[in-house]
Amino acid sequence: MSKYRKLVVGATLAAIFATPALAGKMGLGRAALPEEIAAWDVDVSPDGTGLPEGSGSVEDGEMLFSETCAVCHGEFAEGVDNWPKLAGGRDTLNRKDPLKTVGSYWPYLSTAFDYVHRSMPFGNAQSLSANDTYAIVAYILYSNDLVDDDFVLSSENFLEVEMPNADGFIVDDREVAEKSFWTTPCMSDCKTDVKITMRAAVLDVTPDHSGDETAPEATKEPEKQQKEAEAPAEVRPTMAALDEDLVAKGEKVFKKCKACHQVGDSAKNKTGPILNDIHDRRIGMVDGFKYSKTMAEMGAEGMIWDDANLAAFLSKPKAFVKGTKMSFAGLKKDADIAAITEYLKSVSR
Amino acid sequence: MTVSFKGNSSRRAFLKGSLAAGGTLAGVTLAQAEGADPLITEKQPWAQGLGDGVDASPYGLPIQYEGDVIRRNVEWLTADTISSINFSPIHALDGTITPQGCAFERHHSGAIELKKEDYRLMINGLVDQPLVFTYEDLERFPRVNRTYFLECAANTGMEWAGAQLNGAQFTHGMIHNMEYSGVTLRTLLEEAGLDAAGDLTDKWVYVEGADASSNGRSIPMEKALDDCIIAFKANGEALRKEHGYPVRLVVPGWEGNMWVKWIRRIEVMDQAVQSREETSKYTDTLENGTSRKWTWVMDAKSVVTSPSPQAPIRHGHGPLVITGLAWSGRGAITRVDVSKDGGKTWETARLANPGQPMAMTRFYLDTTWKGEEMFLQSRAMDETGYVQPTKTQLRAVRGENSIYHNNCIQTWWVNASGEAENVEVS
Repeated sequence: MSKYRKLVVGATLAAIFATPALAGKMGLGRAALPEEIAAWDVDVSPDGTGLPEGSGSVEDGEMLFSETCAVCHGEFAEGVDNWPKLAGGRDTLNRKDPLKTVGSYWPYLSTAFDYVHRSMPFGNAQSLSANDTYAIVAYILYSNDLVDDDFVLSSENFLEVEMPNADGFIVDDREVAEKSFWTTPCMSDCKTDVKITMRAAVLDVTPDHSGDETAPEATKEPEKQQKEAEAPAEVRPTMAALDEDLVAKGEKVFKKCKACHQVGDSAKNKTGPILNDIHDRRIGMVDGFKYSKTMAEMGAEGMIWDDANLAAFLSKPKAFVKGTKMSFAGLKKDADIAAITEYLKSVSR
Repeated sequence: MTVSFKGNSSRRAFLKGSLAAGGTLAGVTLAQAEGADPLITEKQPWAQGLGDGVDASPYGLPIQYEGDVIRRNVEWLTADTISSINFSPIHALDGTITPQGCAFERHHSGAIELKKEDYRLMINGLVDQPLVFTYEDLERFPRVNRTYFLECAANTGMEWAGAQLNGAQFTHGMIHNMEYSGVTLRTLLEEAGLDAAGDLTDKWVYVEGADASSNGRSIPMEKALDDCIIAFKANGEALRKEHGYPVRLVVPGWEGNMWVKWIRRIEVMDQAVQSREETSKYTDTLENGTSRKWTWVMDAKSVVTSPSPQAPIRHGHGPLVITGLAWSGRGAITRVDVSKDGGKTWETARLANPGQPMAMTRFYLDTTWKGEEMFLQSRAMDETGYVQPTKTQLRAVRGENSIYHNNCIQTWWVNASGEAENVEVS
């Protein structure tokens, strides 16, 4: 660790006139209570330090994963859209565009447990029990063909699991491997030929608002406003009484949506828009949410979220709205769609 | 500087001297107006009527004409905007301080809203007395003020395999440079007491945030005691929510991911946690499939911010200011060279101010442009003697799969009309 000691020498001089002199302890703060430390200190290290007691099976993990993780990571941990893939990618690290997953890349299993337990699921972190976490991690191992389907992961056998890429890392060696970068730079006749070998404009992946200073965005606004004004006024039919049982079922199904969508008084737009008061309302109209082009156009044309459109969208989101931002694969059961529609009605009143 | 022009003789000497040195004033022909400029000859509304009163905007935003100098996002990069990144508009800024309002954001679970009253910072692990601080407690420790750059390890990461994004904002905008006010991490660690940790040379400090991602990182004790800051102000005012309000960690010269926002816990440990952010991410895969870990230091790097694709030359031939930014995680920038011909020949640029350790340095090359095609490059050097490498040099050591720590020399191809494009050259 002495490698950067010599590098901070230059900073010392500047530090002399700004660093306060420390006169021992200030007596500030208070003692942390054991239960406070227990509540926050949940990190898990590679040697198992910090691992809670417990266990979970691949079988249980499969169910839990499907309920809480698959919306982003896919049923088989294969990843949805741009969300992380957690499985596959073995033997790709030395190829172009390696696929880095828990199985192909992560050197320590403790990292997977620590992260799932502390920071997942996205939008509902710290909600998984130790046993649930063991089960989900077991399922991720299974998805990577690292354990069999009858495997049970526990605090007892945790350190026995071998991670394929455990030896795939070296500590930063730039000061040795890149020693030639400490040099005297060339000032003239440094090369004979300068030819363009690649152009960003040819690839054309830069956002088109990339700062053409002559066309500030304000000039585009009136056009959009006009479009909205032309759209037909909303018609809200009188609604029938709600089926409370169906609403309750829908609320359960809605758990799948919660990672991205909020409802209720304090709801905010997150990965997806707020879903208060969308039933029978025009598509793509939640304030402050940036919809996909297609969805915005559907709304501009006056389409509304009636039962039929909701059902079509929820069964096959990408088929109904080409280019939708929603990564959800869709609800397979008609009963779930009916339930969630009723639930969305209930939060639309 | 106290240059005096009181005496005629000294003024003449000054003019004569500058003419002799440059000789450029001779032969300069001023542009001729085609007619009187109505902006001058006609009374303008702003010169007759009244402007806004005070308090029209109790906390001001930039004037409407600067409305496009904003952070921008590249949507295809990430699955959503909650766990994502955007880019500082470095092409349109000058000086070195990045205003907070347009300083890039990187969140792993979104920018949370945490009140000062609800803020707690815990120090635990191998310390003599585990402690909990409130925000008020932190403000009672002796304070420091330091200016540092924060660069995301992935800055320029999309450019490994070739020229990809057309604009300095997108290729180099995962960076900002602010003046922080706060308490040194050393002060807080010593308040908790490090005797319990024994030999400090092999100890670590694990830091985590209060947000759902927690973004835990392990920092060697030596760095923690050296120059890290628990910061609560930036550029004189409270941190913005997107930068970790009310309190974030500052880890000078090291990759931005370690600058944990909303920092809530500091644990002294005898090993690195090897968290997600230090194993699965922020590790650099080499061509043979082996990956470097603990690549914390940000290497010396620079970029010409203007002219650049988003800041083309619009003023025609004649005097041209080429400017850019340079920085190094290893210390102060000592020199920046600029090439107009893709690296065949180099001229040393003028540093606006002497380089400060681990802070941004502004450079200028005051030159003349006659409409010739240019392949603009800049090359930074730091106080350790490190010279910013070409992309070819970097690829020779690391391949194209590293994602992180791409500090290669950038090329802008400026054509005869002054438009610039991100290119790679041989």
